[in-house]
Amino acid sequence: MLSRSASNLYWMGRYLERADFLCRLIDATVRLASLPASHGGAQPAWESAIRSAGVAWDFEQRNLPVEEANVGHFLTLDPENPSSIRRCLEAARANGRAVRTALTLETWEAVNGAFHEIQRFGNAPPDSSTLVRIADSIKATLLMFDGAAHRTQLREATYWFLRLGTTVERADNTARLLDVKYHLLLPRTEPVGGSLDYFQWTTLLRTVSALTAYRWVYRESVKPWLVADLLVFNRAMPRSLIACLEDAVWLLDQLAASRGRRGPANRIASTALRRLSATDIDTLFQGGLHEFLEEFLNENNNLGNAIAEQYLF
Amino acid sequence: MRAFDETFGLEPYGAAAVRPPYAEVARWLQGASGELLETRRRQAELFFRRIGITFAVYGDPDAQERLIPFDIVPRIISGREWTRLEEGLTQRVQALNMFLADVYGPRECIRAGVVPEELVLLNPQYCLPQVGRRPAKDVWVHIAGIDLVRTGPDEFFVLEDNARTPSGVSYMLENREVMLRLVPELIHEISTRGGLRPVETYPEQLLETLTSVAPVGCPGDPCLALMTPGIHNSAYYEHSFLADKLGVELVEGSDLFVHADILYMRTTEGPKRVDILYRRVDDEYLDPLVFRQDSALGVPGLVNAVHAGNLTVANAIGTGIADDKAIYSYMPAIVRFFTGRDPILHNVPTWRCREPEHLAYCLDNIHELVVKETDGSGGYGMLVGPHATRAEREVFAARVRANPQHYIAQPTLALSTCPTLTAAGIAPRHVDLRPFVLTGANGSRIIPGGLTRVALKEGSLVVNSSQGGGTKDTWVVDGPEPGEVSGGVRGPIDAEGPGGFD
Repeated sequence: MLSRSASNLYWMGRYLERADFLCRLIDATVRLASLPASHGGAQPAWESAIRSAGVAWDFEQRNLPVEEANVGHFLTLDPENPSSIRRCLEAARANGRAVRTALTLETWEAVNGAFHEIQRFGNAPPDSSTLVRIADSIKATLLMFDGAAHRTQLREATYWFLRLGTTVERADNTARLLDVKYHLLLPRTEPVGGSLDYFQWTTLLRTVSALTAYRWVYRESVKPWLVADLLVFNRAMPRSLIACLEDAVWLLDQLAASRGRRGPANRIASTALRRLSATDIDTLFQGGLHEFLEEFLNENNNLGNAIAEQYLF
Repeated sequence: MRAFDETFGLEPYGAAAVRPPYAEVARWLQGASGELLETRRRQAELFFRRIGITFAVYGDPDAQERLIPFDIVPRIISGREWTRLEEGLTQRVQALNMFLADVYGPRECIRAGVVPEELVLLNPQYCLPQVGRRPAKDVWVHIAGIDLVRTGPDEFFVLEDNARTPSGVSYMLENREVMLRLVPELIHEISTRGGLRPVETYPEQLLETLTSVAPVGCPGDPCLALMTPGIHNSAYYEHSFLADKLGVELVEGSDLFVHADILYMRTTEGPKRVDILYRRVDDEYLDPLVFRQDSALGVPGLVNAVHAGNLTVANAIGTGIADDKAIYSYMPAIVRFFTGRDPILHNVPTWRCREPEHLAYCLDNIHELVVKETDGSGGYGMLVGPHATRAEREVFAARVRANPQHYIAQPTLALSTCPTLTAAGIAPRHVDLRPFVLTGANGSRIIPGGLTRVALKEGSLVVNSSQGGGTKDTWVVDGPEPGEVSGGVRGPIDAEGPGGFD
C-alpha cells in the first residue's frame, strides 16, 4: 500500500474518533451545566470541557467568556477552530477522498454522510437544543461509519491502518479526560458523597459511554477510584487505556504479519501494554495519577510518531 | 443554417421518418410518459451523486464539486457508421504517432515542406528534451481522445485531437452503467435486433496497451501506477476511478522518487519500483529539474528515468506539439504524408490568422466564424461569431489583429442534434463525440462508443462541461442497416483550405 494512503487512512480514523469524542463531551457537558448553581453551575462545566478537549490555549486566544454559547460553538460548528467537530469531519472526508478506492462504497458514503450532516447545521452559534441535536446526529452517522467499516471492509492493511488511527486517538482522548478530572478521582480519607462530585463522575462516565458499563462491572455506587480503575485497567471497557493498547498491539501485529516486518512501533506498543498490565490502581495512585497520565500521553504520542516513521508516512 | 438531426435527418423536427438506428429509441420515447422520463433522470442523478462522480470547475468556489448533467436519451451510431469512424480514427492516430516520431527525429515532414519549420521548432509545445528520443515501441500517444462533430448522415469532422492527457473516459463507462440500470427494457429490445456493443472492456484494453510498452530496462512483470495532480484536480474522480478499475496505485508526485534513474513509489512495505506511469499530469509539472522549477507536483529526475530506458510515461512527454491548434490545420497533409492515403476523417476547414490572406478573411467574416486561440482549451478563449454581440466581436477582432499568429478561425459548423430531455420535454440539442483510441505495441484499438457531450442550452454549440454542457451515453448499435444511406458512403471532401467546405 502507498504510504500516503496508509497515512490518510490512519488520520481518517483519528479525526472521526475525535469528532465522536467531542460529541459525547458536548452531550455530557450540556447535562452537567444544566444542574443548579449549587452543584457547580455552567461555567466550570464548560471550562472543564475545553480542557478535556485539549483546546484551552486556542480558546483563550478568542478572549471570549467561557459560556455555553461560545464554547459550544467553538467545539462543534466553528470553522476557525481546527479541532471543531466540523473541521474534524472535513479533514476525515478529505482523507477518505484521497483514498476513495481503498474504501468500500458503504464506508465512503458514511464518511461523506457525516460531512454533509454537519454542513446541515450551518455556521451560526447553536443553542442548547441544537448542541444536543448536533451531538446526537453526528454520533449516529459515526456509528454508521463504524458499522460500514466493520461489515464491509476487507480485513487487511486498509482496515488496520484505519483502526490504528481510531485506537491511538481514543487512548489520547480517554487519558486527557481523566487528567482533567484526576483531582476528582483521587481516593480521599473522608467519606465521599457530595452530590456535586457524584454528578461530575457520572458526567465523566457518560463522556466515554460507560455509565451503564460501570454499574455492570462494579455493581455498586459510583466510587472515584473505581471510575479510574474502569477507564485505565478494565480490558472489557473499549475506551480504557489498556484496551486501547491491546488493540494497538494487535493491529500492529496484523500489519507486521502481512508485511513480514516489525519495527519500533510494535515494540513501543508492546512495552507500554506490558507495563500497564503489571501495575494496578493502588500502585498507580501512589505514584500520582496525574504523573502517570502525563507519561501515558507522552508514550502514546511516541507511538503515533513511531507509526508514521515505520510506515514512511 | 439547419443542423442535421441524428433522429430525423434534415427534416423539420418530428416531421420525417425516424432514421433506422434510432428506431427503438424513438419508440421507447413515444411510449414513455414525461413523468417516467423525469423519474429516470432523477434516478440517474442520484446514482451519480451516490458514487461521488463529480467535476470541479476552476474559479468557481461555490461549485467546487458539481455533477455533470447526464441526459438519459442515448446517442446512437450504427455499426456501419462506426466501422468507418474506426478506420478514420486509427489512421489519424497513426499519423499523429508518426508525426511525433518524425519531429523529434529525422524531421522529414519539415524538410518535405508539409509543415512550416518555425511552426514546429519555435512552438512552445515542442519539447526540446525529447529531441532525438524514442519512447518504447515508438508509441507516443497511447491514449488519444479525438473530438468529432457531425454535420450530416456521412459527414464527420475532426474538431480537435487530444494527444496529451485526454479525459472523459470515466463518463463513458459510468454512463453505460447507469443506462444498464435505468432502461434495461430498451437495451433488451435493441439486443434482440442486433445489439449494443459493450464498452466495459476499456480498462482491460488500457491495461494491455500500457503493459505492451514496458521500458527496455523493466526487469520482470512491469509495475504500473497512475499519477494524478491530486484531489483538487478537476478530473480527480476519473483518476481514482481508473486506478481502481486498472487495479493499480493512484500516486501523486510526493509518493514518488527517483534513485539511480529508477522511479520508485513509497509504500508501507518500503520503496517499490514503477516501470510504467500512466500520468494525468501535464508535461510541465512532471519534473522540476527539466520543466517548471516552481512545481511541487512532479518528481525530480523522472525525465532521466525515462531517458535511461527504465520508465515508460504514457502519453509520452512532448505530445502537445501534435494536438496544437496551430498544427491542426496541417493534419490532412500530415495524414497524407505519413500514411500515403487520403484522410478518411476530415478536418474542419481552418483559416490560419498567421497568414495575411487568411487573417483578412477572418476579420471580414468574423460574424460567421468561430475564432479560437491556438493555445486555449475547454471552450475558453474562443468567439462564436454568430452568437456574439457586435461589441464582443470588435473586442475579439482587435485581439486577433494584435496577435494574429495566436488565432485560427473556422466556419460555425451546424453540429448535429440529438433528442434530449429538457424542462419542456424532448427537444433537439447539439452534440459532439470523443472516442478514445488506445495505441500499444500491437497497433490501435477503439472501444465502440465514447463520450458524447451535449450543449444543454437551446441553440448553444458549446458542449464543454466547464460551460454547462452535459453528457449522454453513446451506443454503437448493430442491426438492419438504414435504407436511406444504402447508396454508399460518400467519398472524402477536401476540406483543407478556405472555401473548400460546403
